[in-house]
Amino acid sequence: MLSYLVRRLLISIPTLILISIFVFALQKLLPGDPVLALAGDDRDPETLNRLRELYHLNDPIWMQYLHWVRGAVQGDLGQSIRTGLPVSDMILSKLPVTIQLAVMSMIFAAAIGIPAGIISAVRKGTVTDYIANIVALSGLSIPNFWLGIMLILLVSVKWQLLPASGYVPLTEDPVQSVRTMLMPAFVLGTALAASLMRHTRSAMLGVLRQDYVRTARAKGLTERTVVLHHAFRNALTPVVTLAALLFGELIAGAVLTEQIFTIPGFGKMIVDAVFNRDYAVVQGVVLVTALGFILMNLVADTCYVLLNPRLRVS
Amino acid sequence: MKIRKVLFLAAIMGSTAFAAQSQTLRIGLESDPDALDPDKSRTFVGRIVFTALCDKLIDVTPDLELVPQLATEWTVSEDGKTIDMTLREGVTFHDGTPFDAEAVKANIERSQTLEDSVRKSEVSSIESVEAVDATHVKLHLSAPDAPLLAQLADRSGMMLSPASFEGDVAANPVCSGPFKFKSRVAQDKIELEKYAEYWNADAIQLDAVTYLPIPDSTVRLANLQSGDLDLINRLAATDVQAVEGNADLAFARADGLGYQGITFNTANGSKSENPFGQDARLREALSLAIDREAINQVVFAGLNAPASQFVSAASPYFDPAYPVPARDLEKAKELIAEAGVEGDLTLELQAPNRPENQRVVQMIQAMAAEAGIKIDIVAKEFATMLADQQAGDFQASQVGWSGRIDPDGNIYGFVSTDGGFNDGKYSNPEIDRILAEARAVSDPAKRKELYHQANEILMAELPLFYIYNEAWLYGVSSGIEGFSPSPDGMIRLEGVAKSE
Repeated sequence: MLSYLVRRLLISIPTLILISIFVFALQKLLPGDPVLALAGDDRDPETLNRLRELYHLNDPIWMQYLHWVRGAVQGDLGQSIRTGLPVSDMILSKLPVTIQLAVMSMIFAAAIGIPAGIISAVRKGTVTDYIANIVALSGLSIPNFWLGIMLILLVSVKWQLLPASGYVPLTEDPVQSVRTMLMPAFVLGTALAASLMRHTRSAMLGVLRQDYVRTARAKGLTERTVVLHHAFRNALTPVVTLAALLFGELIAGAVLTEQIFTIPGFGKMIVDAVFNRDYAVVQGVVLVTALGFILMNLVADTCYVLLNPRLRVS
Repeated sequence: MKIRKVLFLAAIMGSTAFAAQSQTLRIGLESDPDALDPDKSRTFVGRIVFTALCDKLIDVTPDLELVPQLATEWTVSEDGKTIDMTLREGVTFHDGTPFDAEAVKANIERSQTLEDSVRKSEVSSIESVEAVDATHVKLHLSAPDAPLLAQLADRSGMMLSPASFEGDVAANPVCSGPFKFKSRVAQDKIELEKYAEYWNADAIQLDAVTYLPIPDSTVRLANLQSGDLDLINRLAATDVQAVEGNADLAFARADGLGYQGITFNTANGSKSENPFGQDARLREALSLAIDREAINQVVFAGLNAPASQFVSAASPYFDPAYPVPARDLEKAKELIAEAGVEGDLTLELQAPNRPENQRVVQMIQAMAAEAGIKIDIVAKEFATMLADQQAGDFQASQVGWSGRIDPDGNIYGFVSTDGGFNDGKYSNPEIDRILAEARAVSDPAKRKELYHQANEILMAELPLFYIYNEAWLYGVSSGIEGFSPSPDGMIRLEGVAKSE
C-alpha cells in the first residue's frame, strides 16, 4: 500500500512540471503587462522600464521560467508585484482559509446530498423522488454569485442574522469564524450537494437491485438495516471517489464565492492576481491547487481500496 | 471553581463591553491597496489608507488650496530654485523617533534613490536637500518646478520614520499620521489604531480604523446595509437611491478632480491613419454630437458633472472661455461635410469592459450615429486596453484620469511630446513650450494665463476631449458623524466619530 502511494506521488512530479509550463506559457499570452496594469497613476516610461528590469520581465520567457523554477524547488515562489510580499507567505496565509471553506462546504454537501440521494433511490418514482431531483437540479443550475447575493440580502441585510463579510480566522474566534463562513460554505455546498445526490441515487439504485439485498430482505431484516447497512455501504465507494474529485469543483466555485463574501482565500487571490497580471502569484496558486488536486485524487484512490476489500488483494 | 467561573464570565462580558465602546470605523474600499510604502505605492486606494497613516509635508483643502501639515510654512525663492520650509515642532513618528529636518532629507533622498521607487520622476527636480537646523529645511532645485509643492502634498511628501528604512517598510510602515499600522491580511483587511502621541490628537475621536477591500459595489452596499461596514467608497450611481431611501444610511458626495474622456490616436503608428486621427474637424464633430448632460443623467443619475477641459470647474485654473459644449448636430454635420470624407465615416472606439464605461460609449455610439458617424465599440479588460493604447493599437480610447490638484498633473503627461501618458503621440511644439513654461513659473496668475493659452490650442486640435468629471459617491452609516468628502477622493478622519 505504502509503495503504491509513494509511486503515485512520484508520478505527480512530472504532472506538476507540465502544469507549471502550461500556465507559464498561457499567462504570457495574456495581453497587458503587470507593470502597466499596476502603474495607473505612474505611467512614466522610465519607471515602468526600471520595474520590468527589476522583475525580470524583459528576459525571454524560458529564462523567466527557469528563474522561477530555480526558486520554486527551494520553496521560494517569488514575490508579488503588487504587494511586494513573498508568494509562499501569501499562499500559506490563505491555505487555512480555503481549507476551512472546503471542509465546511463538503459537510454541507454531504449532509444534504447523501441522505437526499438515499431517500430518492429508496422512494424511486414517488413524489419524494421527483422533488429531490428538482431540488438537486436547481442546486446545479442556480449560479453561485446569484445565490450568494440573495443570501446576503436576506440573511445579513434583512434579518441581520449572519455577517455579510469580515472573515475571522478559526484560531482567533472559532464561533465568529464559523458564523462568517456559514453562508459561503452553504452556497458552495449546495452546488456540490446536487452532484452528490445524483450520484448517491444512481449508486444506490444499482445496489438495491442486487441479489444480496433481496436476500437480506428475505431474511426479514428491517428496511432501515437493509438500506443503510447492506446497500449504502456498497454504494458508498463511487460516492467517496466523486466527493474527492469534487474538490476541484470546490476550488473553482470558491473563486466566485470568495469574491462575493470577501473571504481572503485562494479564489480571491487568483482573481485579483489575474487582473493585476501578478504572474508570480497566479503561478504559485495554480501549482499549489494542482498539488491539492493530485493529493485529493490519491485520497480518493486510497478510500476506494479501503472500502473495497477485493481491490486490496490485487 | 465557582468564583473562577464568575470571574471568567465577567472577563468575557467586560471584553465585549469594551469592544462595543471602542470606536472602530470600518471602511469598504473598491480594491486592495498595493505596497504600503509611499515610495512604491501606485494605487488610488493606497492613497486613501495613507491619508490616515502618513502625514505629508503639505495638505490640500476642499478648495484645492495647499495648506500646512508637517511643514507649517514655505517660501519659494525669486528664481524658483529654492524652497524654504519651516517644520512643525513636537511631531514624532509612530516608533517614537522625532520628526525633524534630517528626517525630511532622508525621506526625499529615499524617494530619489530607492531601487524600485516610483516617486523618482516626481522629485527629480530636487538637486539637494539641506537640513538647516532641526525645524528648517531648504530644497535646492535644478530648475523651477511649480507642480512640486502639489507632489509634496501627495505620496512624495509623506514622511516615514528614517529608523524604519532598514526593515520591510511595506510590511510595517512607520509614519507620523493620526493612526498607526497594526496589521494587514492581503486582500482581506488593513487595521490601523489611534496614535496617542499624534500632534493633532484632539481632532481624532476614533480609536481604530479598518479598511476592507470589497470589489463588487453591490456587495459593498449590502455590507453597509447589514451594518458590517460604516462607510463605503465608490458607491455606484445606480445605488444612490437605495442609500437615500434607507433611514439607517446617509449619502455623501463631492465633486472630483478626475475626468473621463476620449483620447485619439493622432500619430502613434499605422492605426492613427484614420479620418479621426488626421482631421481635428472630425474630432470636433464627434465632440459636438455628444450630449454630455444626457450621459450624466442617464448613466450617472445626474451625480457627475459634464466636463469640457482638463481641470474641473472647481479648480482655480478653470477657463471660463470654454464651458461645456452644447450638443450641436447641425454644426457636427457641417464639419463632417467640410472635412470632405468620402464613403462611411467609421471610428473604432475602445473602452473598459466595466458596466458604466460601456453604458457611456453605447450612448456616444447612438448620438454619433445621428451625426452620421458610425462607432464600433471594442470592449477591453482595463490592463489590456492600457497596453494596446500604449502600443498604438487603437483609433480612439474612452479613458480617464483620477485627477491632480495641480493642473500640470492633468495635462502635461497627456499632450506634451515626451509625456508619459501621451499614447496618441500628439505633438505640438507650441504646446510643449507653453506647458514647460507653466511648470517653471510659480506665480499662479501667470500660470493661469499660460494654461488658458494651452486650452485655446488644445480646443482647436482636440487630441483628446472630455466628457465628465467623476464625483466621489459615498454611503455612510447614519451613526457616523463629521465625515465630509474631499474633491481629491481621500477619506479624512479628523472630526469623524461614531455615535453608537
